[in-house]
Amino acid sequence: MSGAATLRVEQLGMSFGGLKAVDQVDLEVPAGKITAIIGPNGAGKTTFFNVVAGFYAPTAGRVLIDDEDVSGLPPHKVARLGVARTFQTTQLFPAASVLDNVIVGRRLHTRSNVFDAVLRSRRHRREEAESRENALEALEFTGARDLADVLVANISQEARKRVAVALALATEPRVLLLDEPAAGINPHETEGLTALIRSVAVERGVTVCLVEHKMRMVMDLADHVAVLNYGKKIAEGPPAKIRSDPKVIDAYLGADHDA
Amino acid sequence: MGSAHVRRAVALGVPLVLAILFPLLVNNPYLVSVAVSAYVTAIAVYGLNVMLGYTGQLSLAHAGFYGIGGYTVGILTSDYGFSFWLALPIALAFTSLLGHLIGLAALRTRHDYFAIFTLAVGVMIVIVIERWESLTGGTDGLIGIPAPGSIGPLSFTSLNSQYYLALAFLVFTIYVVWSLMHSLVGRTFLAVRNSEELARAVGIDAGRTHQLSFVISAALAALGGGLYAAFSGSIGPDVGDVPMTFNMLVYLMIGGVASLPGPLVGTILIMGLMQALQAFQEYTLMILGPILILVVVFFPGGLAGQGKVLFERLTRREADQ
Ligand SMILES: Nc1ncnc2c1ncn2[C@@H]1O[C@H](COP(=O)(O)OP(=O)(O)OP(=O)(O)O)[C@@H](O)[C@H]1O
Ligand SMILES: [Mg+2]
Repeated sequence: MSGAATLRVEQLGMSFGGLKAVDQVDLEVPAGKITAIIGPNGAGKTTFFNVVAGFYAPTAGRVLIDDEDVSGLPPHKVARLGVARTFQTTQLFPAASVLDNVIVGRRLHTRSNVFDAVLRSRRHRREEAESRENALEALEFTGARDLADVLVANISQEARKRVAVALALATEPRVLLLDEPAAGINPHETEGLTALIRSVAVERGVTVCLVEHKMRMVMDLADHVAVLNYGKKIAEGPPAKIRSDPKVIDAYLGADHDA
Repeated sequence: MGSAHVRRAVALGVPLVLAILFPLLVNNPYLVSVAVSAYVTAIAVYGLNVMLGYTGQLSLAHAGFYGIGGYTVGILTSDYGFSFWLALPIALAFTSLLGHLIGLAALRTRHDYFAIFTLAVGVMIVIVIERWESLTGGTDGLIGIPAPGSIGPLSFTSLNSQYYLALAFLVFTIYVVWSLMHSLVGRTFLAVRNSEELARAVGIDAGRTHQLSFVISAALAALGGGLYAAFSGSIGPDVGDVPMTFNMLVYLMIGGVASLPGPLVGTILIMGLMQALQAFQEYTLMILGPILILVVVFFPGGLAGQGKVLFERLTRREADQ
């Protein structure tokens, strides 16, 4: 089940009462490529991720992973089908070490149950050792291995971003959704994170879909950009074309004027 | 051999040796019987801790499951002539099943709503126990529950033998909880407690995890309750009533939520203290209230949490010298 998958949404809609946070969106996120979703605040980007990852059941349309319909499945099932995500306000398990955090990402690849735990079965010992090894490998890949034994509470904001990516990668995703991975870190750190995200797609062969406000990062990274505004997709194309699209400029200026 | 190993051996070995020698050291049947009640209650408090400490939900039906375990053992052994050793596993299985069914409904909610839902369940359990007189003896309860039958040469009629049986079940309970929490399952529990959202995002079925925690918690309550019934020879509805849950909650909070020694430390300390202050029984809450507040304010990790900090500080200093 490994290898990149294509994420496709068809006529996707998500309404909260009367508010259409995502409205009739058609989008294809091609396998192994980096696709960015941009748009002003409140455009529906996070909601889009929440629907794709199963946190909300769409009120219209479908979500497909390699042509398998996952619409309406709960998040843990979507994760098991190979969709991992990070959160806009970086989420990690507090009061636990970095390694213990990332090991949790291996749970979906293990089968040990209560009886294995109490009887300390051979399966449990094997799975625990494998989980630890795979988690360390994910930390190595994201450049956070040195922090393995440090409490999450005691690491920098940038390190948290990397650990969050390691946790997502530990699940061995086919599609990785990153919600503003570079929010709150400085330009130098952003460059490092940009390189990491590129290597996730290139070296690991994972499909990346990223929401980001930092335009330089988007232009550097993305193979393809989609623009949301008021829940609707208003433009789509290669970064260079998007940058000069009058509709996109309008959407951003309009948002600025409102603010 | 690292000093961590030595520390762990001391932390486990010293209390265990003291517990084994306790009846001989005190040579006082009254104190031994207090210890038996404390161990049996502590087993149930471990169950409460599995839910509250490790998956983060407060079940106020906990004493209800303790009562159901106790009544199941009592009814099967005194009315139907079952051996205690058969009745106990049946009580565990029955209570677990009931816990599972209640969990299916109760775990549609979380946190405050879950606590209130289970409070209602706890109240209903007591009503059923009180009203179903033909089975449970109503408000009078059940009397004449036989002590656990012998296993080979081991008989459990004397107080000291019951003490060791209670101790054995307590050690078993602590082992089960320890092994659970040092496992992939335990990691799943803590993940769900710490962030259900993130846990779900990495493929953990949070609903099933809460359900499992609830069933284990109910089973441990039933184990405590079953032992209680057989040791005390009688059981009444107050044993499964909501105030009993609040007592257990106080023991847990004073001992230390989410700590392994916490349930035992809190239960022994407070049950012991209450026995010592029996003359002031009407003022129980006036005494427990301030103690609870002081502990929560000054030692948020409970006394066991604080003890651990002290213990590590002391042993580390020795190791450094
Ligand atoms: N659970 C919810 N219930 C009601 N409204 C919601 C909910 N989630 C999001 N919304 C609304 O949907 C709209 C889109 O929000 P969303 O968080 O998806 O925007 P966004 O593009 O991620 O914005 P930002 O760039 O600020 O993160 C907003 O108007 C928001 O208030
Ligand atoms: Mg957002």
